[in-house]
Amino acid sequence: MMARKHAYYRGVRMAPYDLIREFLIALSVVTVLVIILASVLSSPDEPPLTLKGIARAAPQSYVQTALNELDGSSGISDYGPPYNNGSGAVQSIGPISVQQLVGVHIPVNTAQDFVLGPLAEVAPTNPAWKAALNRYTAASPKQQAAWTNAYNTALAKAKTQGTGLIVPSCACGPVPTMMAAMLTLGQRGAMDGLLLTSRQFYQTDYTRPLLFTADPDNNFVAARATAFNLQGNQWGVMNETGNYPGQAWLWLYSLFYQIPPYTTAWAANTDALAVFSVTILTLILMFLPWIPGLNRLPRYLGVYRLIWKDWYREERRRTEPPVETATPEVQV
Amino acid sequence: MSLTRRTQQALAENLPYEELLPYEQPAYVHSYVYLFGVASLASFILLIVTGIVLAAFGPQWWHFSAVGHFFNSLHFWSVQAFFFFMVVHLWATFFQGAWRDGRGLTWVVGVVTFLVSILTAFTGYISQQNFDAQWIAVQAKDAMNSVGVGAFFNVLNFGQMYGFHIFLLPLAVGVLIAIHLTMVRMRGVVKPYPLDEKGREVTS
Repeated sequence: MMARKHAYYRGVRMAPYDLIREFLIALSVVTVLVIILASVLSSPDEPPLTLKGIARAAPQSYVQTALNELDGSSGISDYGPPYNNGSGAVQSIGPISVQQLVGVHIPVNTAQDFVLGPLAEVAPTNPAWKAALNRYTAASPKQQAAWTNAYNTALAKAKTQGTGLIVPSCACGPVPTMMAAMLTLGQRGAMDGLLLTSRQFYQTDYTRPLLFTADPDNNFVAARATAFNLQGNQWGVMNETGNYPGQAWLWLYSLFYQIPPYTTAWAANTDALAVFSVTILTLILMFLPWIPGLNRLPRYLGVYRLIWKDWYREERRRTEPPVETATPEVQV
Repeated sequence: MSLTRRTQQALAENLPYEELLPYEQPAYVHSYVYLFGVASLASFILLIVTGIVLAAFGPQWWHFSAVGHFFNSLHFWSVQAFFFFMVVHLWATFFQGAWRDGRGLTWVVGVVTFLVSILTAFTGYISQQNFDAQWIAVQAKDAMNSVGVGAFFNVLNFGQMYGFHIFLLPLAVGVLIAIHLTMVRMRGVVKPYPLDEKGREVTS
């Protein structure tokens, strides 16, 4: 290998080069630059949303989300793999849906996990909640649907007063009591803990709290993201809160969420097709050295002339024959 | 022959220390463009140092400590610097056609380093424990799930993402950078596109 390298360099002008000095200078300059940027511009740290905060700031949106989780009409209820066997968010590339092939790995039953389960945990502390929960779970699916549909209609006419929510009376069975319980649990901060998925003391998996908090039905969360320009159609894939550069290196991937047909004819499969498209482009970039035509592109673009302009100037000077100047006449 | 002796001989033949740290380079390496590679390496070192401090004090420290927030800012701007220098380095090596003369694999390792770095930064963003982390994770889950990855790489699982971010992925980036640098040292720096007999660049 070394002989090959020495043969490669044969005839090439060599010059002293201090790699370690270069590295130390680069490290010093970058360190100073980063310290200045960190001192002057700091870094973003917008506090996380809590269910307590959402339930207090937007009780109607919070209860609507809880109701949708209960009646199975939320964005997560019918999401599909890896959470459940729904089809609402299942995507495919042509006839192939890898999402469905992989199947359910992180089971989420929104009615049970987000509403009935948490209520069952606390129901023993409140007889009214316990009675409502028992009545609901004992009812037929048809009766449950009638109650939740009626409550859905009433909730649309609800009025917010401070952190309170006044829902018109309706023939909704135990659902108003259950939703009132959900709101109380939310506003007191209990839901944040009740939704944690781990059954152990130490917990690090926030799948369920995050799915509930940022369910597509939760208008409050969506509005907050829109205000920060974080939605997909706002180049949100590469943005972050505040005036910070974000993940600018994801610009190409983010681009696919802004242009047709990804936003029009392919909208139902945008994520899968964006990932697929970026994967193809990445493979082209990776195997560029062996792709005929593309591997010669830099030579045609000619930017290398700028990069090596000093080298070329010196090489020309060395190859050009010396210019002969006329000798002045000399009187002897 | 013992494996140790064989390894020693292979290293002595293929990677003698004087080639790892040569004190002279081809004259064409004297161009500012070559500085972006070493600037990327310097930014990576800063990322590791600031990341070690942040990891040592735990993922919540920087939210309530002014010193912690400053170290987070150092880490944040190191990431920005790392990607800026790495992208310029990538473009520079592209314009040089740096894969020529048997350097294709060096290019591939560089591109893979870039991709793993993107994943490392991404897991960092969703390990921040703030609104950005919540929103990015919830949005990213759809892309991950749409191609079947989300079932195994669950972006909503903080513990899994944090482990990837502070250990597995930085380790992978470090190893890839080491391989990339070693390959550059072993093969040398690619020559400029050749000149013709009249001293002009050959363009076809």
